[in-house]
Amino acid sequence: MISLAELAAIRDKMKDKVGVREGSAETRVVVGMATCGIAAGARPVLNAFVEGVNKEGLSDKVTVTQTGCIGICQYEPVVEIFEDGKEKTTYVKLTAEKVERIVKEHLLGGKIVEEYTIGANR
Amino acid sequence: MIRSHVLICGGTGCTSSHSDEIRGALENEIAAKGLAEEIKVVQTGCFGLCALGPIMIVYPEGTFYHSVTVEDVPEIVEEHLLKGRPVSRIVYHEKGDTDVKHATSLSETAFYKKQLRVALRNCGVINPENIEEYIGVDGYQALAKVLTEMTPEQVIDTILASGLRGRGGAGFPTGRKWQMARTLVPDADQKFVCCNADEGDPGAFMDRSILEGDPHAVLEAMAIAGYAIGSNQGYIYVRAEYPIAIKRLEIAIAQAKEYGLLGDNIFGTGFSFDVKLRFGAGAFVCGEETALMTSIEGNRGEPRPRPPFPAVKGLFGKPTILNNVETYANIPQIILKGADWFSSMGTETSKGTKVFALGGKIQNTGLVEVPMGTTLREVVYDIGGGIPNGKAFKAAQTGGPSGGCITAENLDTPIDYENLMRIGSMMGSGGLIVMDEDSCMVDIARFFLEFTVDESCGKCTPCRVGTKRMLEILDKIIAGNGTLEDIDRLEELANYVKSASLCGLGQTAPNPVLSTLRYFRDEYVAHVVDKKCPAGVCKNLLRYVIDPDKCRGCTLCARKCPVGAISGAVKEPHKIDSAKCVKCGVCMTTCRFGAISKQ
Repeated sequence: MISLAELAAIRDKMKDKVGVREGSAETRVVVGMATCGIAAGARPVLNAFVEGVNKEGLSDKVTVTQTGCIGICQYEPVVEIFEDGKEKTTYVKLTAEKVERIVKEHLLGGKIVEEYTIGANR
Repeated sequence: MIRSHVLICGGTGCTSSHSDEIRGALENEIAAKGLAEEIKVVQTGCFGLCALGPIMIVYPEGTFYHSVTVEDVPEIVEEHLLKGRPVSRIVYHEKGDTDVKHATSLSETAFYKKQLRVALRNCGVINPENIEEYIGVDGYQALAKVLTEMTPEQVIDTILASGLRGRGGAGFPTGRKWQMARTLVPDADQKFVCCNADEGDPGAFMDRSILEGDPHAVLEAMAIAGYAIGSNQGYIYVRAEYPIAIKRLEIAIAQAKEYGLLGDNIFGTGFSFDVKLRFGAGAFVCGEETALMTSIEGNRGEPRPRPPFPAVKGLFGKPTILNNVETYANIPQIILKGADWFSSMGTETSKGTKVFALGGKIQNTGLVEVPMGTTLREVVYDIGGGIPNGKAFKAAQTGGPSGGCITAENLDTPIDYENLMRIGSMMGSGGLIVMDEDSCMVDIARFFLEFTVDESCGKCTPCRVGTKRMLEILDKIIAGNGTLEDIDRLEELANYVKSASLCGLGQTAPNPVLSTLRYFRDEYVAHVVDKKCPAGVCKNLLRYVIDPDKCRGCTLCARKCPVGAISGAVKEPHKIDSAKCVKCGVCMTTCRFGAISKQ
C-alpha cells in the first residue's frame, strides 16, 4: 500500500525528469557541439551543466541544449547563456570544473563569471 | 545524467508505419555512440498529427520531426543528438515557411497553437507504460485528494458544478449520472463503474488514443467515480480491435495494483477499487449502454428498453454508471483544478473541451482538442490546414452514422451540443469527416446507412427492416432508377425508424439521410430527375464523352481502355461506347489533350 507521502515523493522525483519535455524555461544554456567543440572537450562540459542544473534544483528554470559550430573554433568549448530580457553571455574554453562555478555563481547567483567570458579571454 | 529526451509516438497510426522499429534502431544507435547515459528514448501515446507519422520530438529543444524512417536514425543521432544540429530535411515546416533552416517546435505549429489539451494533456508527453511518469505529471493526486479531503457528495457536486457532459455522444451531464447512481437505490449491496471504450463510429479514434497514451488517467477517474457512487468494482469494455490500447491498459492496471493505487484499502483510507477488462467483439450496437452491459454479463449484445435506467438496474441488475473514455480523462483535472476552471472553458451549455478526429478531405488528418464553442472554420482551416488540392469545402459529417452534416453556411457556428442538434447534426463521439466538392451526398448517406444496416442487432423491427428498406431506396436512386416519390418515401420511412426504434442505434440511424435531405435535396433530385450525379461519383449516372474538337485521334485512350469501349480511326476523333464502358476513368487520365470529360 502506497502512502500519500510516498506518492508525493515519486511525483517530485519524476517531475524534473518529465519537466524536460515542457521546454519553456527562462534561461537557455547552449553548448557548441560541432566537431571542433567535441574535440576540445564539449561533451564533459555539457554533462557538467546538466548535472549542475539538476543538482541545484534549477531544472524548471534552465534548459541545457546543444548547438552546432558557433564559429569561434579556437575558443572551444564555447557555451552561450540566454536569459530573458538580458544580453547573452558567451563563455569560452570551458572545462567541467569551470562549469561548476558558472552554475553556482551565474545560474544560481545571477552574477556573470567575468574571467571565463569571451571578453576576458581575447 | 539525462540531458535530452527523444519522444517517439507509439500510437496505432505511427506504429503501423514502423515507429517500433525506429525506436529500436534509435536505442541501438544511441548506445553505439556512447550516449545511452545522456539521452533517453521514450515511447509515448498519440501526438495527434497522424497524417505526418511517424512522429519524433527531441526535448529540451522541442524539435518536431515527421515522417521519420529507420534510415534517418543514424543521421539524427550523429547530427542532432551528438552535435546539436537538427536534421532540417525531416523537421516539420509550416506551410508557406520558406526558411528551410527554421526548425519549428511542436508548440509553435498552427496545428497545436489553437488547441487546448485537457483530455489529451498527457498523450505524446509521458510514457504510458510507466506509472511513475504519470505520477510525475500529478497523476493519482486527484484520487488522493478525493479519498482524504472530500466526501462522495462533494465529489459529485464538483463534477456537477463543472458542467461536464458525456463525451460519448448524447451529452448527458456526468455529475447527474453519478448522483442518480449514488442516491436512487440507497440499500444496494453492490454497484458498478463501467467505462465505454467500444469506440465504433467510423473515423473516430480519440478514445483509442487516450487509452494508448494516458491509460492511468482513465483508471484514476474510474476509482474516483467508484468512491463517489459507492462502488468497488470497475469494468472497461474495450474493443478487441484495439490491441495496443488493451496491452497498455493491462500494463497500467498491473502497475496501479503493484503501487497500491488500485486494490484494497487505497492510501490506507479503507476504500477499495478494482478494474477488470472486458473485450468487445466489434459489434457497433455494444457501444449502446444497455447492450454493452448485456455483453459484459456474457450474453449476446442486444439493448433493452429503458427505464429502468442503469443507475437503478444496470450491470448484473445492480446500480451502474457508464461513462465514455474521454469523459473520464477530464475527471482528474476537474478534481485538481476545480469546477470553476473547467466551466470557464466552453459555451453556456457545453463546458470544457472536445476532442475531434479529423478525417476525410483534410490536410492534417489527426486528433485535435479545442474548447467547446470553437467554430468549424477554425477546426477545418486553422488547425486542420484546409482542404487538399485547392478544392472547395462542401460539408463535414459529425457524429458518424448517428450524426449529420454541417454545411458551408454553418462554418462559423460555434460547435457545442445544442448548436449541432439545432442544425440537424450531433456531437457524437467527435468524428469529423470533411467532404469536398467531389463528394456525393447521396453516396455518403448510403455509406453510413449501409454501416447501420450491417450493425443493426435485429432485435426491433423498425431498425432491422426499416433501415434495410431505406438502403434499398438509396440503391435505386444511385442506380438511376429512382423517382421523386422515392425521395418522399425515404424521408417518411426515416422519420418512422427514428421515432419507433428501441435504442440509440436505430433512433439515430436515419440522421445521415435526413440531414443530407435537408441540406442537399437538390442533389437527390438531380439523381432522380436529371439522372445525373453532380459530384460525379455515382457510376451508373456517369457518362464519359470525348470532345470531337479536342480529340486528335492519337489512339492512346483506345489502347488503354480495359474493356475496348473506345473506337475510332487514327487521327480521327474517337468515340466511347456507353454500353461497354465500365466508368473506370482510365481514358480521362491518359488523354493528353483534355478531350475526355465526365458528364
